[in-house]
Amino acid sequence: MSSEWPLWEVFIRGQHGLNHRHVGSLHAADAEMAIHNARDVYTRRNEGVSIWVVRSADITASSPSEKGPLFEPSNSKVYRHPTFFDIPDEVGHM
Amino acid sequence: MYAQMVKSDVPRVKGLDEMGPEERAFQERIDAGQKIEPKEWMPEGYRKTLIRQISQHANSEIVGQLPEGNWITRAPTLERKAILLAKVQDEAGHGLYLYCAAETLGVSRDELYEQLHSGKAKYSSIFNYPTLTWADIGAIGWLVDGAAIMNQVPLQRCSYGPYSRAMIRICKEESFHQRQGYDILMKMVKGTPAQKAMVQDALNRWWWPSLMMFGPSDEASVHSAQSMAWKIKQNSNDELRQKFVDQTVPQAEYLGLTIPDPELKWNENKGGYDFGEPDWNEFFEVIAGNGPCNAERLGARRKAWEDGVWFRDGLTAHAEKVSARSAAAAE
Ligand SMILES: [Fe+2]
Ligand SMILES: [Fe+2]
Ligand SMILES: [Fe+2]
Repeated sequence: MSSEWPLWEVFIRGQHGLNHRHVGSLHAADAEMAIHNARDVYTRRNEGVSIWVVRSADITASSPSEKGPLFEPSNSKVYRHPTFFDIPDEVGHM
Repeated sequence: MYAQMVKSDVPRVKGLDEMGPEERAFQERIDAGQKIEPKEWMPEGYRKTLIRQISQHANSEIVGQLPEGNWITRAPTLERKAILLAKVQDEAGHGLYLYCAAETLGVSRDELYEQLHSGKAKYSSIFNYPTLTWADIGAIGWLVDGAAIMNQVPLQRCSYGPYSRAMIRICKEESFHQRQGYDILMKMVKGTPAQKAMVQDALNRWWWPSLMMFGPSDEASVHSAQSMAWKIKQNSNDELRQKFVDQTVPQAEYLGLTIPDPELKWNENKGGYDFGEPDWNEFFEVIAGNGPCNAERLGARRKAWEDGVWFRDGLTAHAEKVSARSAAAAE
């Protein structure tokens, strides 16, 4: 009876100049195999120029039930957006 | 459709006023078109139904490689062989996208395989028919991938985020599958009379099983009503089947083929074709495991899984050794 290979999350940089983006996950025995499998599973049509893999177990995620307390504080801070301030036309582009 | 007759475990669809606060908030998010993501609260029935549907879908992609894989070594040219290889490799990819979407719902990959191998989880009835000639490979791309696309396009909008995203990737790749199949047939119908007859024979054998892919009529099914309320199903089986027939008949005409249905007739009033009823007894027999290739397909899957144990274990042992060694070196 064999045990399941660990799960890896795959991140791909689609083009030069862009961030890596999460595309999905896969199982692999080790990191090197995870990269090779990610190449075959997620970049069969030139979808990437760089791959990151990370063990799913190593990801710490915010909990959905804490969505409120976590993100609400920024809701009330409308002054963080430039449109909050009225600048007269005479001042010119700012 | 790749997921046929998915059961939802609910006696009937509840109204918003009958739901507790959590379930109501969940249903309201779905009604508002929001996506549900892994680890968010969801009704147990939603989770279970999705696991069944996604795993049936994933299993179909994986088992679906077998009938086509049968012709890789016998493709008529090197180019056709490379194309078929790429197509079958895509199907493996589709299976993997879908298994990992199912895993986000708390089921393990090994459990999913185990359910396929034991016969507990199903895969589409269509893959239990044999591929007898090269024209069958054309017919599968044209009809089977065509029917799958019909079903998968609306699933891109499904309420569960990981499933919806997997479907978007899959749909991008499917159109190549259907076109390569049709292209095989376009070539063959321009060939010798024997080649053209081979194409007609393939259509005769694949037509009805393709219509069965959408599953029996489900207008009165509580499972389908619940799946629609949860937005993990968007259209009725009959709607999709009608769309498929309307799209496919002109394509058959272009090839100079005859659809093997004496009842097929254009209906001006409904703006679509009337057509005959598939043999649902045959469908239920195939689903129950008694189709022409059920034993062969499951046998091939089980053999691949069992023959690979030593290899999977070996790689695990190697990975553990390497990580132990590098931990020791760091001390
Ligand atoms: Fe597919
Ligand atoms: Fe397919
Ligand atoms: Fe396909």
